[in-house]
Amino acid sequence: MKEINITELERKFQEKIDNDIKIEPNDWMPEEYRQTLIRQISQHAHSEIVGQLPEGNWVTRAPNLRRKAVLLAKIQDEAGHGLYLYSAVETLGADREQTMDDLHSGKAKYSSIFNYPALTWADMGMIGWLVDGAAIMNQVPLCRCSYGPYARAMVRVCKEESFHQRQGYEIVTQLAQGTPEQKAMAQESLDRWWWPALMMFGPSDKDSKHTAQSMKWKIKRHTNDELRQQFVDVTVPQAELIGLKVPDADLKFNEATGHYDFGDINWDEFWQVVAGHGPCNKERVAARKRAKEEGMWVREAANAYAEKRAKRKAS
Amino acid sequence: MTKEEALFTYLLRRADDTLILGHRLSEWCGHGPILEEDIALTNLSLDLIGQCTSYFQYAAQIEGKGRTEDDLAFLRIEKDYVNCLMVEQPNGDFGKTITRQFFYDVYHKLLLEALVNSKDEQLSAIAEKSLKEVKYHLRHSSEWMIRLGDGTEESHERMQNAVDDISRFIDELFYKDQVDEMLIKEGIIPDSADFRAAYDAYVTEVLEEATLQLPEKMWQLSGGRKGVHSEHLGYLLAELQYMQRTYPNMEW
Repeated sequence: MKEINITELERKFQEKIDNDIKIEPNDWMPEEYRQTLIRQISQHAHSEIVGQLPEGNWVTRAPNLRRKAVLLAKIQDEAGHGLYLYSAVETLGADREQTMDDLHSGKAKYSSIFNYPALTWADMGMIGWLVDGAAIMNQVPLCRCSYGPYARAMVRVCKEESFHQRQGYEIVTQLAQGTPEQKAMAQESLDRWWWPALMMFGPSDKDSKHTAQSMKWKIKRHTNDELRQQFVDVTVPQAELIGLKVPDADLKFNEATGHYDFGDINWDEFWQVVAGHGPCNKERVAARKRAKEEGMWVREAANAYAEKRAKRKAS
Repeated sequence: MTKEEALFTYLLRRADDTLILGHRLSEWCGHGPILEEDIALTNLSLDLIGQCTSYFQYAAQIEGKGRTEDDLAFLRIEKDYVNCLMVEQPNGDFGKTITRQFFYDVYHKLLLEALVNSKDEQLSAIAEKSLKEVKYHLRHSSEWMIRLGDGTEESHERMQNAVDDISRFIDELFYKDQVDEMLIKEGIIPDSADFRAAYDAYVTEVLEEATLQLPEKMWQLSGGRKGVHSEHLGYLLAELQYMQRTYPNMEW
């Protein structure tokens, strides 16, 4: 009897998805759908939070007051994105603290791009232009994702990310049009970030274990390779416009397909970084763990105070 | 000293306080005890950096030597920074950051409330805009003082230590010299002595609710307004000025 019910529930669920009706927190959903979303949304939330670190690394060294203010505003937006995304995860029955513990234990992942170091001021531009640019490519389709709370959160996140992408490009443009030292700083930064940015779209379609199911559930709308191609097509002309050279000897516009052909991604490096062996994996996770441990007394105090206050009110 | 020179110095004191405190808060980015506080501390920092920009712009205009707000913020030597010592104190734990913020916010709000009435229109306008932000800063820091002071045994102890430490810098907030005297006479700035009682009353009220105590009158440190700082400021400036010093005369 129960078996039949589940089959029927699954049929209705897929029917909703096929008709583009949003799934809401209280609706029935297959356990794997719930788990896939928890994994994906929390990974996204962690990326926002960990993403504060490379930028925080430069906020105290920003070159002028305007750039300092803009960078602060951007970091604040990112923490805000983390907050709505953790809230979206909570609508699926997951607990924010548990989700964060999974980040600290290494069970949960975050975007591997943040395991690369931010070494120069140009990196602040490059992170905005390339990293947020790539994030937008991934995220705009998520505004139509089948899960309502995630889709709605993404509408706001994308608006802000698009602003970040433009301010990043503005930083890079300023450098590219500046002194020879500034231009060299921009080029050196592009040389380091280009390939990791392409890796942000995840493994090639043939190696992506989650893509097919996620597309059926309309959590995902395009494959990793489609999005990566779109990113290359949009970004290469932007680099050319400001006189920077994309570090790929095989990059060439293909008249027949109307797309850029590009070189092979170093997948060994990708998998190594995902597995925790990138230049900054240890520092990033350690920084987040430390924030949690050092903040423990604050959270305990806030809870103790809230309890005392509730008791005083009651008596 | 002309009125313009006095005003220039006064504006730098306001600008440096907000720049240095904003800088300290920005050091928290990504390391706060909870996500909501990562957002709040960054927001406070952003407000203060915005306020310092207004003061520096006005100071540059008053000085009239072609320097910009960034020249003033990034290209002075340490002894030319005239912020008070309180704001340059290192962040310590979250409790110390909040305590430093609280003691400064109480002063900052009272000052701005009075500065709104300045005969100098520009200064009055900056004060009015800043006041809206600082009222919120004070609410935030006061609530945390109470929560942490009256939280657990550990939090209480940490907060009492922070109060003992930071309260050594309170009197300097009310420091006055001929710069202030001249501008007070002109009706450009308020006499901070007029709101010292209100400062003490507010601090006492919040600390009482937080079950914390101001220590017995401690030796008060000062020197910031004259450019004599703690050892901490040099490191902060080394970081703040890094780009401008390493790559001089460039646009960013």
